[in-house]
Amino acid sequence: MTDSKYFTTTKKGEIFELKAELNSDKKEKKKEAVKKVIASMTVGKDVSALFPDVVNCMQTDNLELKKLVYLYLMNYAKSQPDMAIMAVNTFVKDCEDPNPLIRALAVRTMGCIRVDKITEYLCEPLRKCLKDEDPYVRKTAAVCVAKLHDINAQLVEDQGFLDTLKDLISDSNPMVVANAVAALSEIAESHPSSNLLDLNPQSINKLLTALNECTEWGQIFILDCLANYTPKDDREAQSICERVTPRLSHANSAVVLSAVKVLMKFMEMLSKDLDYYGTLLKKLAPPLVTLLSAEPELQYVALRNINLIVQKRPEILKHEMKVFFVKYNDPIYVKLEKLDIMIRLASQANIAQVLAELKEYATEVDVDFVRKAVRAIGRCAIKVEQSAERCVSTLLDLIQTKVNYVVQEAIVVIKDIFRKYPNKYESVIATLCENLDSLDEPEARAAMIWIVGEYAERIDNADELLESFLEGFHDESTQVQLQLLTAIVKLFLKKPTETQELVQQVLSLATQDSDNPDLRDRGYIYWRLLSTDPVAAKEVVLAEKPLISEETDLIEPTLLDELICYIGTLASVYHKPPSAFVEGGRGVVHKSLPPRTASSESTESPETAPAGAPSSEQPDVIPTQGDLLGDLLNLDLGPPMGDEPEGIGGPNFVAPPAAAVPANLGASMGSGLSDLFDLTSGVGTLSGSYVAPKAVWLPAMKAKGLEISGTFTRQVGSISMDLQLTNKALQVMTDFAIQFNRNSFGLAPAAPLQVHAPLSPNQTVEISLPLNTVGSVMKMEPLNNLQVAVKNNIDVFYFSTLYPLHILFVEDGKMDRQMFLATWKDIPNENEAQFQIRDCPLNAEAVSSRLQSSNIFTVAKRNVEGQDMLYQSLKLTNGIWVLAELRIQPSNPSFTDLELSLKCRAPEVSQHVYQAYETILKN
Amino acid sequence: MIGGLFIYNHKGEVLISRVYRDDIGRNAVDAFRVNVIHARQQVRSPVTNIARTSFFHVKRSNIWLAAVTKQNVNAAMVFEFLYKMCDVMAAYFGKISEENIKNNFVLIYELLDEILDFGYPQNSETGALKTFITQQGIKSQHQTKEEQSQITSQVTGQIGWRREGIKYRRNELFLDVLESVNLLMSPQGQVLSAHVSGRVVMKSYLSGMPECKFGMNDKIVIEKQGKGTADETSKRRPSAPARSGKQSIAIDDCTFHQCVRLSKFDSERSISFIPPDGEFELMRYRTTKDIILPFRVIPLVREVGRTKLEVKVVIKSNFKPSLLAQKIEVRIPTPLNTSGVQVICMKGKAKYKASENAIVWKIKRMAGMKESQISAEIELLPTNDKKKWARPPISMNFEVPFAPSGLKVRYLKVFEPKLNYSDHDVIKWVRYIGRSGIYETRC
Repeated sequence: MTDSKYFTTTKKGEIFELKAELNSDKKEKKKEAVKKVIASMTVGKDVSALFPDVVNCMQTDNLELKKLVYLYLMNYAKSQPDMAIMAVNTFVKDCEDPNPLIRALAVRTMGCIRVDKITEYLCEPLRKCLKDEDPYVRKTAAVCVAKLHDINAQLVEDQGFLDTLKDLISDSNPMVVANAVAALSEIAESHPSSNLLDLNPQSINKLLTALNECTEWGQIFILDCLANYTPKDDREAQSICERVTPRLSHANSAVVLSAVKVLMKFMEMLSKDLDYYGTLLKKLAPPLVTLLSAEPELQYVALRNINLIVQKRPEILKHEMKVFFVKYNDPIYVKLEKLDIMIRLASQANIAQVLAELKEYATEVDVDFVRKAVRAIGRCAIKVEQSAERCVSTLLDLIQTKVNYVVQEAIVVIKDIFRKYPNKYESVIATLCENLDSLDEPEARAAMIWIVGEYAERIDNADELLESFLEGFHDESTQVQLQLLTAIVKLFLKKPTETQELVQQVLSLATQDSDNPDLRDRGYIYWRLLSTDPVAAKEVVLAEKPLISEETDLIEPTLLDELICYIGTLASVYHKPPSAFVEGGRGVVHKSLPPRTASSESTESPETAPAGAPSSEQPDVIPTQGDLLGDLLNLDLGPPMGDEPEGIGGPNFVAPPAAAVPANLGASMGSGLSDLFDLTSGVGTLSGSYVAPKAVWLPAMKAKGLEISGTFTRQVGSISMDLQLTNKALQVMTDFAIQFNRNSFGLAPAAPLQVHAPLSPNQTVEISLPLNTVGSVMKMEPLNNLQVAVKNNIDVFYFSTLYPLHILFVEDGKMDRQMFLATWKDIPNENEAQFQIRDCPLNAEAVSSRLQSSNIFTVAKRNVEGQDMLYQSLKLTNGIWVLAELRIQPSNPSFTDLELSLKCRAPEVSQHVYQAYETILKN
Repeated sequence: MIGGLFIYNHKGEVLISRVYRDDIGRNAVDAFRVNVIHARQQVRSPVTNIARTSFFHVKRSNIWLAAVTKQNVNAAMVFEFLYKMCDVMAAYFGKISEENIKNNFVLIYELLDEILDFGYPQNSETGALKTFITQQGIKSQHQTKEEQSQITSQVTGQIGWRREGIKYRRNELFLDVLESVNLLMSPQGQVLSAHVSGRVVMKSYLSGMPECKFGMNDKIVIEKQGKGTADETSKRRPSAPARSGKQSIAIDDCTFHQCVRLSKFDSERSISFIPPDGEFELMRYRTTKDIILPFRVIPLVREVGRTKLEVKVVIKSNFKPSLLAQKIEVRIPTPLNTSGVQVICMKGKAKYKASENAIVWKIKRMAGMKESQISAEIELLPTNDKKKWARPPISMNFEVPFAPSGLKVRYLKVFEPKLNYSDHDVIKWVRYIGRSGIYETRC
């Protein structure tokens, strides 16, 4: 049994030889040949030419051979759809086989063949298999529904498979239940609005029963599904928790983590006074600790999750510090995560142990780890006041080691300690100053300079020290230059007599010899301040600084709550919501923790939210305080997505602005918005060339002197918003930031708005803001409406604009012919929209090339009765395909109208695609 | 869900590639090779995101297994599945090596087709799989209808891990309590952290569908029983102290094989199950209290000038003198700039291994309550390197014939109502092995 020989055939003419062998009469030889084919396929060779010969081997009673042929079919059917049809008969026959293993194999494989013609034939066998007497066939058929849905969602709905699938949740066999749950959960994810997984106390009860009986994997599917349920009150939540807790002892870590997710989520609803709440907290700790004895990869997943859990409910693991101590042989990714959690758990009670550990780690080999350990010591000092002194002395010890990067990291954190506890630890400054020469990283140099400047009055040779930095002023990074400038000014204000020369030197370096506007401006400001009013200068420069907060790297609470709903999944590993790394519509639904609902007053709770993922979206995501910045970040005026389409966008934004603005945004902003609506009415229809000329989006009079005009471009796959900001006010504008409201295609700034220098009066800057399409999605009316908020040091301004749809046409929007034909037929006729493009005297070539540059691709061209027909395809960033048929009459010069038919599964985009066509062709 | 699964050799050549989802293309295979296998630096994370595609990987010897997805999958499940996949392959053809994978690639494809459907893991118990994935090319007509439905009902059934109709002439079972004791000790002999992670591995050769019940000296159970039978015991031994104390141990947490009825454990803390046939891991547990540390390591490192180190290490065995520890190995790290080492040890053999930067001291056997010592002089090359030597901890390996946690098996009862053998007919063997896990003393 040495199959490895199949990997070694690499000679020429191999395909012909294989062909002969495949057609051999001898069964053994045939099988050998198929194995060779599969081996070639694995290493990436193209063996699609053998398609008919391999398919011929399908009719066999040898299961092993049959499976190999099926494997081949799954790989190549898509490239040879016509020939794949040859296999249909065998499939249909196999679905009737008396052997359940063969029936299941046939239905499993058919679902993996993504050819429409085959899919049609699949429906009948699938229907039978869903009701098969054998559970093995039923469980396979359940997954097959999800496969079919992925190929053709409409077909699945039309054929009523969803209902059959729902029935399978009550199946007598636990594995069938588990697969049905998995399939339904996946389908429901792509239909957030449909109430597919109709979870209610009865169905939950069924799931909980199946949970005890099915395989480890099935338990994961069921637990993940349960986590989407919102119990009606705390009693129901508690009873579900009680039935889920035994899972915490399962050997499979994924079962444990999914159970933890359910518990963490439902705990939200339990009152903290409840005895059960305390019991549950106690029960959660041991399994979490046990996860740390799993294999390193799983440890990593567990640690990333524990990091979230510790932030959400620190009480669970507060006594378990020791288990997070780093082991010498842990892989680096485990070490770094453990360190993070150690800092989060550090408290007065355990700080001595933690510090001893951290000191140990600071002598390890891995540079990243050592740096993080040193930084951790600083964070402990800031977090636990009582330990600050010990931390500082530990850091001093580390500085004595003279290891370059340790010293630098230590100085950076000591700076933070000084800011947290001013005038407490200056005695160490002397030691720090000894290491001045060894600092070569900007951050460390800047930190050191800050310390010298801040404590200039206590350092005898502060002027000498700072002067030494000044020699290579122009080679320093901006960070260091700015810090040096400030430090010397501080020094001057403290010891004016000896340092006059020094301060003049630095001011001239900053203002005259530097190209950096930031530096120059800061230099000028100091200069003016010092020359006009030294007392005021003292007040400004030496003002008391605000203390730094202790926890700087906590995950923002709403994100944390969302991530808690994703425990165990990739989102919890990346610490990002799924929308940040999942393409398309899947996983865009935001999850949030259920609100606490007490049942104490009555069994009937006021919370009547329907079950399922979308309903768990609570309106409390919008912050209720009047903080402008908070509102800007959550410019969340529309209803939560996932509602019925008519509810989206429409009434809230088209209605008079007074009604459109939620009360918490305040009236002043409401009027601001109303002005904007007047303004934007003309903007969207402004047709320009491929890149429209800039239009005024926000006139100066509406925005306290800030005028914004702009346009959208798409170049080599990247979308950007080209902005022109003009300051028509009398004061300098700084601190620009931009934010988009949720919109139909998830457009969002890919980078912060960078206005490098303050914008002085009458100055104009041009900025190109890169955009991406991974933002939150909400259907807007009109579809291409984009609401933008711009902030500067003066105020926050809102405006909305319409973007041309062609910026969303992606580069790989060319469909192949076969696909085009099939898709065209497949889209129902009622989705077809007809348009006329008037007065466009271009011939087919010109039209085609012009459109191509905007990513509208000509798939085929035909000449019918003197008319040129162009068949074109394009794809939007969110994966929607649009197919077009364009009719041109070149023979008749007087007739210059083009006829455009568009077909798309999402017909609402057609109108905008037509506008894009017109824009592109007419400019 | 999982979109595809690839297996690579150490060079990054694909040995197995199975794609389950349409969103995973052939380029994903190359992306992983280029960005992870061929990446120069050390692996920084077992999960890698390349161009919005997430790769999960595990390595077994020099074989890489990678699962690929574009969705927000259950990450813990993916890793559990990859481990399971390794177990299944090992159960079929032994060690996971390039040769074995190439030799069995048809089998692997068949397995992958069965245990992962559209990226959803399905029943992956080898016991069940081996009944119908045999690589013998089963011809369908050779199986009777009963056989077929027996297979499918086992694969999908509640007891998917065991088939019916198993018969043995001799009913026998073996229990191994395997513990690894982990220690981190400060140079001054203070225990910084210590825990035992243990496993109870069972090998069962039992006929029929035996119902088993396993009992150990779990503190909670014993205290409960103590209360329940308080009247009886007080009659017999009025002055007997409660049977807790040293007799029983506190288990911090335990996890069980999927055959154990978890809800029963949760409510009654009793461990009952129908075991798979052959070897399996019944439970895992962890204890942190009252651990018997079999060895104590006392290090003494002295720097004599800039070019010499003097190291003295004493090890003391701390268990009954009648017991023997085996395979003792003490590993004393040496600085990178070591030029020569002189070692003297009272017992066993010690060698300086330059390639591993350590002195390795091996002792074959050592009885309890003994003490042994090694001293070494390490010559150093003078260096300009300002960086101080990190002084990695001294680590130790050993094997002892008892359970450092103190765990004792109290009983394992077997009931098989349908067949005529009773608990007394079953031959039972119990063995305790304690091994060192990460057993380190800082110096």
